[in-house]
Amino acid sequence: MPDGKLWEDREPGNSYDVVIVGAGGHGLATAYYLARDHGITDVAVLERGWLAGGNMARNTTIIRSNYLWDESAAIYEHSLRLWEGLEDDLGHDLKFSQRGVLNLAHNLPDVREGVRRVNANRLNGVDAEWLDPDDVKKLVPILNTSPSVRFPVLGGTFQPRGGIARHDQVAWGLAKGADERGVHLIQNCEVTGFRRTPGGAVTGVETSRGFIGAGRVALCAAGHTSVLADMLGFRLPLQSHPLQALVSELLEQVLDTVVMSNAVHVYVSQAHKGELVMGAGIDAFNGYGQRGSFHVIEQQIAAAVELFPVFARAHVLRTWGGIVDVSPDASPIIGPTPVENVFVNCGWGTGGFKATPGAGHVYADTIAHARPHPLAEPFGLERFTTGALIDEHGAAAVAH
Amino acid sequence: MLLIPCPWCGDRDEVEFHYGGQAHVAYPSDPDALDDAAWADYVFMRDNPKGWFRERWTHTAGCRRWFNVVRHTVTYEIAGSYRPGDVPPKVAS
Repeated sequence: MPDGKLWEDREPGNSYDVVIVGAGGHGLATAYYLARDHGITDVAVLERGWLAGGNMARNTTIIRSNYLWDESAAIYEHSLRLWEGLEDDLGHDLKFSQRGVLNLAHNLPDVREGVRRVNANRLNGVDAEWLDPDDVKKLVPILNTSPSVRFPVLGGTFQPRGGIARHDQVAWGLAKGADERGVHLIQNCEVTGFRRTPGGAVTGVETSRGFIGAGRVALCAAGHTSVLADMLGFRLPLQSHPLQALVSELLEQVLDTVVMSNAVHVYVSQAHKGELVMGAGIDAFNGYGQRGSFHVIEQQIAAAVELFPVFARAHVLRTWGGIVDVSPDASPIIGPTPVENVFVNCGWGTGGFKATPGAGHVYADTIAHARPHPLAEPFGLERFTTGALIDEHGAAAVAH
Repeated sequence: MLLIPCPWCGDRDEVEFHYGGQAHVAYPSDPDALDDAAWADYVFMRDNPKGWFRERWTHTAGCRRWFNVVRHTVTYEIAGSYRPGDVPPKVAS
């Protein structure tokens, strides 16, 4: 591509075989795999803002697959394996770093849940270890493992293959891969409605830049999925919440592991450049404002400083919020919808980044064949009617 | 942080409250008549509007009573609160 651009900013065409709504990580990955694996290249990815400017620009880049239930382990591990080959596959440096993810336990229920989950993970072929407090201290020397703190560290689950990646590079690498295969990436193009046949089937989308015809429409809009479903007249079991995060200024490297704590609520890693990246729990109220309340940040910092006393001397450089789509069982929703030609990938809530290649891969297959990919099958919308929920509140590790 | 008007105690900081989600979700009047899809709708489906929203809060650290608030989910502006059974404040839709 001329002048060093990775991908072209396209004008909307008249119609496409597949229109993907949302050019975040999942939308871009879906387009990439549609083109790469299914030969479907007449694809547009519509983005109301700029490419990867929503949650893809706002997450804490943590990657892991240590979920409890078989269905979850299968789909998240599928994603982790795709991560492990993604840089070679895309020919793009993603700063993918398998530095290990440590989930701390601070009370007896945490310990029991953690040990149970480690055992479940190992049965599912997911690398997982239980670490006692001494092992935790050896792994992360700056962590305060004193028994005298208010929430002492009683151990932790550790997934060595977990880690982080550079979120922008992930988006740009996928955008490049999709663009090279003929996918149109269209920014500043907000979907405002859907055109339907008298029978209800969708034949295209109305946008801020005019009508675009579509053989199939794939919703990939995270926190805004409910807004689109409203236009289509069906309900989703989603609530959109602000989820906040922050970074410190650039510091010398002091932390080479991702550390998460469910009970005191912070998750932290140190980026390659040196800033500490910390995530909070969700704000309790429903919100689309991409910002949350300051007391959530305050609690998160209090937790971080108790766990890492050395952080007390760091400064907050910037805080922000993204809008996450939380489902009742903290598991995603992937598959067909009640509306013909419309598919949905949503409900990833606080943990969508890790699923970027996996979600895109199974969603592309689902769209191409108009039936759920075997790994997506348990995550259909019908589980809320059958009652076959996949409760991952423990493994989701972010307070809901 | 939100400043939430408790209808009994007045304006208080958000940290004194707990959130209860969508207001006016009534228990089914004839539960025996519901099929699985209707139960799913009652148990799991909630409105998730981008705009004005009627929602429940409880004043946990105060009077411990439940009440409803009309709040905008983008600006977070609060149009007002009202007690159960009272009429919600009017907002432009």
